[in-house]
Amino acid sequence: MTLLDSLMMAWTALRSNLLRSILTTLGIVIGVASVIILVAVGSGARSEVEKQIASLGSNMLVVFSGSSRVMGRAAGAGTELPLSEADLVAIRDKVDGVVAISGQLNGSGPVVNGNANWSTTLSGVHPDFTAVRDWPVVSGRDFTAQEMRASAKVAIIGKTVATQLFQENDPVGATIRVKNTPFLVVGVLDTKGPSSFGRDQDDLVLLPMTTARGQIVGKSQVQADQVGQLYIKFDNGIDLKDAQEDIETLLRQRRRIEPGAEDNFNVRNLAEFMKARTEVLSTMTYLLAATSAISLIVGGIGIMNIMLVSVTERTREIGLRMAVGGRNADIMRQFLVEAVTLCLIGGLIGIALGVGVAAIVANAAKWPVLISPSVIALAMAAAAATGVIFGYFPARRAAALNPIEALRSE
Amino acid sequence: MSASATVLAEHASRAGAVTQNVPTLIRAEAISKIYRMGDQTVRALDGVSLDIAKGDYVAIMGSSGSGKSTMMNLIGALDRPTSGRLWLDNRDIAHMSSDELADLRNATIGFVFQQFNLLARTPALNQVILPLLYARPRPADLEARARHRLEQVGLGQRLDHLPSQLSGGQQQRVAIARALVNNPKILLADEPTGALDTKTSEEIMTLFGDLNREGITVIIVTHEPDIAEHARRKIVFRDGQVVDDTERFPLRATGGGALS
Repeated sequence: MTLLDSLMMAWTALRSNLLRSILTTLGIVIGVASVIILVAVGSGARSEVEKQIASLGSNMLVVFSGSSRVMGRAAGAGTELPLSEADLVAIRDKVDGVVAISGQLNGSGPVVNGNANWSTTLSGVHPDFTAVRDWPVVSGRDFTAQEMRASAKVAIIGKTVATQLFQENDPVGATIRVKNTPFLVVGVLDTKGPSSFGRDQDDLVLLPMTTARGQIVGKSQVQADQVGQLYIKFDNGIDLKDAQEDIETLLRQRRRIEPGAEDNFNVRNLAEFMKARTEVLSTMTYLLAATSAISLIVGGIGIMNIMLVSVTERTREIGLRMAVGGRNADIMRQFLVEAVTLCLIGGLIGIALGVGVAAIVANAAKWPVLISPSVIALAMAAAAATGVIFGYFPARRAAALNPIEALRSE
Repeated sequence: MSASATVLAEHASRAGAVTQNVPTLIRAEAISKIYRMGDQTVRALDGVSLDIAKGDYVAIMGSSGSGKSTMMNLIGALDRPTSGRLWLDNRDIAHMSSDELADLRNATIGFVFQQFNLLARTPALNQVILPLLYARPRPADLEARARHRLEQVGLGQRLDHLPSQLSGGQQQRVAIARALVNNPKILLADEPTGALDTKTSEEIMTLFGDLNREGITVIIVTHEPDIAEHARRKIVFRDGQVVDDTERFPLRATGGGALS
């Protein structure tokens, strides 16, 4: 008997009990579909996080003033000593491997172009900002050092602001009013997309740091040379852990922090932070994969149950097959192939269902659909294994029947 | 193989019921079959010895519990004797493994049952192909052979009919075609007309007669005297033993044991 013969027999048997076969496979369908969905959505989410890590800028550290220590001991960011231009210069000159460094001093306010107005984030930055964040100007140009020194009234706007104020028109060369002061738009930033927390990163206006400090962010709350947070990009050969320590040592000296006292600033590797989130995500993925493994087991028990019923119902058929020369192994194989076929059909339906649902979820969450052939192969292998494992016992029972008694059964 | 052939030759020289110079196909030598049912033992066959010649037409009779079904199961290689020796086509089945028995059934014996035992929702052609699927080696011309046998039993026009679309007599013909498809030496029929009306029964018995004349050994297990009348030789069982063994006419060396 060839495998094809066995498959044809299995198909005939399954088709003759079509409704029951379909209902039996349901557990497998759900198990396989959830494997596909979870892996697809999980890895889609992960690749999204990875994209966000990349969007932060690579090889970058961020320095915040103020303590983020937990346990309620921190005094709050506003009360801490802000980072200053002098800190920036010190880090640039004394820490190894700094490629680019920029502050980002944030405020907010309305921006107006004719009748269009929009409330957005106003960020004072240094000319290195676009380099540090890997965030190029796609239209127009970057700030010049001259503009920086002269506190020029120039602005680079994010894509969202450009769309809100200019629709399809080119903003470069136009004049907009920022907090009622006219600014010349010199450039438009590339699209960055939402941040990992869902904030629209393209909804901002960049101003030269000096301009922002003097006029926009609000004099009253600002120390004379504060720079907000510092973004520092390092050379590829630099170990960010060493760089982080260097900056910490330097800032502790500059701020005269006693040994043993807590830092009143934070040096963060945001990429590391995001990676930790990715790990949480993959843990979740594994957990959910375990859940679908459980549904495969439950589905397998359903298959076993129905196969046992089938063996009982078809005892005479088994007797006849033995009488005409079927060996025990032939009978065993027939029922095993039947169970595996049932599971594989369930697996195929499950894959179709899973791919469909994953596509819908990914579309809703604006994630890429990630369905790799290896996941599909894994799901099919899991379905087939379920068939073999749970089909084995019924098949062995069928093969162990005595042909005389089987032929005599009603 | 050669040892059993020698034994057979020995037996043939002092042959009892079987006409000399006709080869023996089935030889039972003091076979017993003992079943254990709970703590008591049932002696279904009790030291039965008999020979059945190649080409014979035999009716095995007896009431229920007489041992005729047990004898049929042994002749059909569905079971092994508890003691004694049983040769089918020169092969001693007493010590065969279940795989060897399966292969022997496949190659040597064609079964016909009272309840036909056709597969549900399976066309006639596939019913007949079934034994060929288990044949070793698997023949290449499955369909042609199955079609030929269905034509032989007069169902050449109903190859794709399902059992539910066939009459009882037609279903039994499909079953006979299935029994014949592997060119067996023995056609073993268990109450083949038990589920059929008189007219259809006669047709089926005529078919058996035709097949026997073509050379196949036919063994029918029945409790109906009318049916047994078609056979050349009648063996009656009671309490696990042969109580009557009559031949209606001598077995010819060529041709079959059917009545002309």
